[in-house]
Amino acid sequence: MTATAEASTPAGEVPSFEVTLRIRRMNPEGTSEHGEGEEYWEEFKVQAHATDRVLDALHMVKWDQDGSLAFRRSCAHGVCGSDAMRINARNRLACKTLLKDLNPAKPIIIEPIKGLPVEKDLIVDMEPFFASYREIMPFLMTDGPAPERERLQSPEERQRFDDTTKCIMCAACTTSCPVFWTDGQYFGPQAIVGAHRFIFDSRDEGQWERLEILNDKAGVWKCRTAFNCTEACPRGIEVTKAISEVKKVLNTGEI
Amino acid sequence: MTLHEYDVVIVGAGGAGMRAALESSKRARTACLTKLYPTRSHTGAAQGGMAAALSNVEDDNAEWHTFDTIKGGDYLVDQDAAEILCKEAVQAVLDLENMGLPFNRTEGGTIDQRRFGGHTRNHGEAAVRRACYSADRTGHMILQTLYQQCIKQEVEFYNEYYVLDLILDKDPQGTPEGEEVSVAGVIAYELATGEIHTFRAKSVIFATGGAGKVFKTTSNAHTLTGDGMAIAFNAGLPLEDMEFFQFHPTGLAGLGILLSEAARGEGGILRNSEGERFMERYAPTIKDLAPRDMVARAMANEVREGRGCGPHKDYVLLDLTHLEPAHIDAKLPDITEFARTYLGVEPYTEPVPVYPTAHYAMGGIPTNVHGEVLRNNTDKVKGLYAAGECACVSVHGANRLGTNSLLDINVFGRRAGIAAAEHALETAEAAPLDETAAETLNSTVERLRSTVGTSEAESVADIRRELQATMDRNVQVFRDADSLQQAQKDVAALRERFTKIAIHDRGKRYNTDLLEAIELGFLLDLSEVVVLGALNREESRGGHYREDFPTRDDEKFMQHTMVYGGDDLRLDYKPVVVTRYQPMERKY
Ligand SMILES: Cc1cc2nc3c(=O)[nH]c(=O)nc-3n(C[C@H](O)[C@H](O)[C@H](O)COP(=O)(O)OP(=O)(O)OC[C@H]3O[C@@H](n4cnc5c(N)ncnc54)[C@H](O)[C@@H]3O)c2cc1C
Ligand code: SF4
Ligand code: FES
Repeated sequence: MTATAEASTPAGEVPSFEVTLRIRRMNPEGTSEHGEGEEYWEEFKVQAHATDRVLDALHMVKWDQDGSLAFRRSCAHGVCGSDAMRINARNRLACKTLLKDLNPAKPIIIEPIKGLPVEKDLIVDMEPFFASYREIMPFLMTDGPAPERERLQSPEERQRFDDTTKCIMCAACTTSCPVFWTDGQYFGPQAIVGAHRFIFDSRDEGQWERLEILNDKAGVWKCRTAFNCTEACPRGIEVTKAISEVKKVLNTGEI
Repeated sequence: MTLHEYDVVIVGAGGAGMRAALESSKRARTACLTKLYPTRSHTGAAQGGMAAALSNVEDDNAEWHTFDTIKGGDYLVDQDAAEILCKEAVQAVLDLENMGLPFNRTEGGTIDQRRFGGHTRNHGEAAVRRACYSADRTGHMILQTLYQQCIKQEVEFYNEYYVLDLILDKDPQGTPEGEEVSVAGVIAYELATGEIHTFRAKSVIFATGGAGKVFKTTSNAHTLTGDGMAIAFNAGLPLEDMEFFQFHPTGLAGLGILLSEAARGEGGILRNSEGERFMERYAPTIKDLAPRDMVARAMANEVREGRGCGPHKDYVLLDLTHLEPAHIDAKLPDITEFARTYLGVEPYTEPVPVYPTAHYAMGGIPTNVHGEVLRNNTDKVKGLYAAGECACVSVHGANRLGTNSLLDINVFGRRAGIAAAEHALETAEAAPLDETAAETLNSTVERLRSTVGTSEAESVADIRRELQATMDRNVQVFRDADSLQQAQKDVAALRERFTKIAIHDRGKRYNTDLLEAIELGFLLDLSEVVVLGALNREESRGGHYREDFPTRDDEKFMQHTMVYGGDDLRLDYKPVVVTRYQPMERKY
């Protein structure tokens, strides 16, 4: 293929089409038609291109139809973790989900992620999620004085925990977990991912303290390997695998 | 309305804000206010690396790094600041490693380093491996590591608090030179409740990041609306060198999402609609690997002369199709993912549409090397500090070198954190705080709320779209008197329309509609300053290119632009600090 204008068929050439968004809404202060905290569905139609993301469609609604629609977003390209939501019954980042990958003939169903208290529309209270992360002591723990140069680590040792360093704390995994939905205490998969990142870091000396926390009743043993988390992760982290690696360490006592 | 009192208040929890918080909270009672959860900050989007002359893989030293920084900045860099940046770089990287940052490693287990544009051995002899990195997620790792340390140190965060006003004890412009002006605190709006909070503090640090949303096509997040810069400006402080904005050549067309320079480093070629490798005409020797500002201008020129690609002929193509798929997978995994996800383009077989994207604000709130904010060329505001992209020290001058910003936020974030805490400890009591300030903000917010339902009102989204369009059209890589005057007229008209906006959401809880309107106000303020600086700077230097003045004019313009607000904008200059490097022609 030659690099000419004809050879490329990117944005713009694709004709625009109408998409219906069916959004789960809730206004804690109520609206003229809905009571305080009442949950309801509302449909919006927008004119979109196949290359538009769900986030673009939400912006079209917010900017041109109803500014009160509330959702979080920042980077718009899948690196900040702000906009995890349930899109057609699957947890995804709105900024990483293209309309063309959904069926535009049917309404796109958008709901807040499940298992965290809804604050307004698609915004949930993230505090419980971050609190679980803080519980597992997500920081390098070392004994002795700080070294003068860098701590040495081989490329292989570095590779050992590479997968779990990619986490952007979007909560897509945790809020897709059936155990998390029903069990009030489970840390959820993200906290275990966060712990895994340090447990398998050759520089860390606090593993056992951290493992003890995970061995607790709110910890890894709650996981029933539903695999929802791995499917949900927008960074492609093998979440279930990370959890089973932690379980294995607890079973064998060896890292 | 609630009153809080702290020794130090930090505004922003990106790399600069959290690095400052780690120092400050060790020494003094500190609060960190941030409009985003810390881990959402745009520092997390940085890919390439962080510069430091570690000499882990090749011979290198801080002096060579300093020279490259000054030359890269087209001699608008304050050389004393650049010396500090490069000298403290090594410790800054080691500090991050000691905190746990997972850098890529050499076979010997030390931090690995790679090449980046403009970083050279011995004053331009050859490229040098200076960038410390963690895959192509260096910024993500920095943000995560600093956040983890903040958790460990129990830094007190106020998440989703929008700081909207800065309170000083005196008018910084009305107060004669030499007299003292001190910070008193900031006023913030809590997203969850709509409540207004006053934070009284002995020291305040601004670390609010960039302002890329002034433009339409940008690699910056939706939330990078230059709040800190605009707030300082509206409090009577000058802004420095705002006309210098870096346009990165390879943003995904129409989206602005960044594709790292590494694409061309690995052999990628830029082509126009005729399939021509056009960089051969602009830079016969180094072609596609010419400096960022040159490549960006060449691309824009192709489009302007009708050789752009696509239905609207408004981009060029980055061709990787001659590279082995395995090579692409190994070296450019991010680019392939972004191109596939967002444009549906398969880089193995199709060239990727690209166009320059507004990337980095070289200018900002003027500070000295301790991060202390200046209210004119010499007087500092007591207790007020700024660091990171919102500040102008100036280590980047007219054009920032790749990997020097992640360095900047760590070096000057740390310095500002220490200085702010020490100042607070030496200060018996915070300056008296004007109690009507919170009331003023409250009435602004109430006024905006009361616009809901107004008929024939202007729309925030329309004004923002038109602002970004005129800035892209007239103030991008090519500028001249006509385009800048057009932009000036457009911005003035949009400001007028902005007084007639109506928002949709009257609520108190999570009213992002209201905040977007306020953010648009900041963008309008800053656009005016950018355009004025650009109009006045009748020369071409680094990221600022005037077609009507295509050469650098050291005689007249080797000085920083200082713009002051008020009823009419006022322009002034500040001399560049030169230590040992005399300006020479910027050739690579
Ligand atoms: C795509 C991309 C790639 C990059 N790659 C590199 C690279 O490889 N190497 C390099 O050196 N540089 C790179 N840069 C530049 C560098 O990443 C940024 O300049 C730097 O991270 C800015 O850090 P910061 O702490 O100043 O701001 P940010 O990280 O943007 O943080 C700003 C903070 O301020 C807060 N804030 C803003 N306004 C308010 C308000 N009104 N009230 C309260 N809080 C507020 C936000 O919540 C946020 O926490 C890149 C930039 C981009 C966009
Ligand atoms: S593991 Fe994946 S899904 Fe879970 S929080 Fe991290 S990035 Fe999101
Ligand atoms: S907006 Fe940042 S991940 Fe979607």
